[in-house]
Amino acid sequence: MTRFSAWSVFRNGLTGQKDWDRQWRDAQPEKQYDIVIVGGGIHGLATAYYLAKNHGLKNIAVLEKGWIGGGNAGRNTTIVRSNYFRPGNREFYEHSLKLWENLSHDLNYNVMFSQRGHVSLLHSPGAVDAAARGYNTLRLTGSDAEIWQLDQLKQEIPHLNYSANARFPILAAAVQRRAGTARHDAVVWGYARAADSHGVDIIQNCEVSAVLLDQGQITALETSRGRIKAGKVGFSVAGNTSRLWDMAGLGTLPIESHKLQAFVTEPLKPILDHVVVFGVGGTHFYMSQSDKGGLVFGGDLDWYKSYAQRGNLPIAQDVAECAISILPCLGRVRLLRHWSGVCDMSMDGAHFICKTPLDNLYLNAGWNYGGFKAGPGAGWYFADLIANDRPHDVVADHDLKRFERGVNLDERGAGPDPKLHG
Amino acid sequence: MIRIPCPYCGERDHSEFTYGGDGSITYPALDAPMADWLEAVFERENVRGLQLETWHHVMGCRMWLLVERDTMTHEIHSVRAAHTGLAAVLEEKS
Repeated sequence: MTRFSAWSVFRNGLTGQKDWDRQWRDAQPEKQYDIVIVGGGIHGLATAYYLAKNHGLKNIAVLEKGWIGGGNAGRNTTIVRSNYFRPGNREFYEHSLKLWENLSHDLNYNVMFSQRGHVSLLHSPGAVDAAARGYNTLRLTGSDAEIWQLDQLKQEIPHLNYSANARFPILAAAVQRRAGTARHDAVVWGYARAADSHGVDIIQNCEVSAVLLDQGQITALETSRGRIKAGKVGFSVAGNTSRLWDMAGLGTLPIESHKLQAFVTEPLKPILDHVVVFGVGGTHFYMSQSDKGGLVFGGDLDWYKSYAQRGNLPIAQDVAECAISILPCLGRVRLLRHWSGVCDMSMDGAHFICKTPLDNLYLNAGWNYGGFKAGPGAGWYFADLIANDRPHDVVADHDLKRFERGVNLDERGAGPDPKLHG
Repeated sequence: MIRIPCPYCGERDHSEFTYGGDGSITYPALDAPMADWLEAVFERENVRGLQLETWHHVMGCRMWLLVERDTMTHEIHSVRAAHTGLAAVLEEKS
């Protein structure tokens, strides 16, 4: 594999870009692996990469039912931030953000991480106070956070709807400057390439159809490309976790599958330099502009449980209304595409990185809306769990038994209703 | 848009309704062991396929409904009033 450098870009420019190598092997499945990760999204590939890089482990495979990055990795709004407050979540997302900050160098692959700032609009004195309290938590725990008053916000983003007649006039904003966006495909490809260079087999079109058990252990996985024996197995298939869990005969989970839509407009000249979030009076909306110029945005879940990767139109109307209410200048912009991903919505809105009732099975699931930003951190802590067979302190409460202990990592305080943890 | 045939109002857009949740759950007695409550409040089968769920016709007759719906195709298979007394009256009428 060629290492990317200024020199390699220059040299390949001279030869018409014809001499680039394949970036990763099209691996054929072996009969047996020491570690098998099910799910070739950002999380699964990152896990395999950190297992090899941080823990020096070999003989690892990632199984992907379709093509890598074809699931939720390609069905999100690419926002990266760490403004979570609950103990455990706080440290987890901050660690993930730190990994993002060095990811392009670490992977030798440009993931186009752009720290353009995450601006949450605030519309009442109470909201400003609550945000100040929360964002002080960020500052006191090694992160960055600011409250922008209206004059500063107007300087930074002059074309928001500052009208006094707006249904929810803007008073201030809570800002994390180190937050931003990244290029979703590049993250998948970067991790795949880096994992492959450490010898990880990335096996596509390989759907798990059965889990073979013997005395509380997984012995092998039956797949569309034959039976694969496994020493340790990691499930990293958010959206479809319950289906694999059922195949392993493990019963119920504190998870429901819901779908979340995202939208992109036709490409525009640069108009929005930040990630802007609007959430008041029952709305929920977040928007940024991609490098291609499309405005990428999303809102709430479709509200009813679903495994279908297609969204409904009432939500399209809701988010369009939100877009117009904060950026009226977008009134004539046309929608180009919308897509929908299936999310593991957990009972408290937080994730699971934990051991399971089976000795050699590990679970990474329950990512709600947060899976994209969490990718590097999830891979890092999940690899740590699999390699050491014990959870890291940071994810010690992110297990399936936390509800039994009375622990709810509920950022919104919404209660045990999965659809409310947006 | 899913169209839900409300037994009182007739077929309506799903945007007239709010989604309740898993309708297969029954809460245990108040003095039941903690494990039963944990199961009812936190654990879900998360069916991919035909599932029983509750919907509230909040912009219509305000009746709570028990709906059998496919979570993969969104097809509605059956709808009846969640309140057994109301269900009996409505089914007798039809």
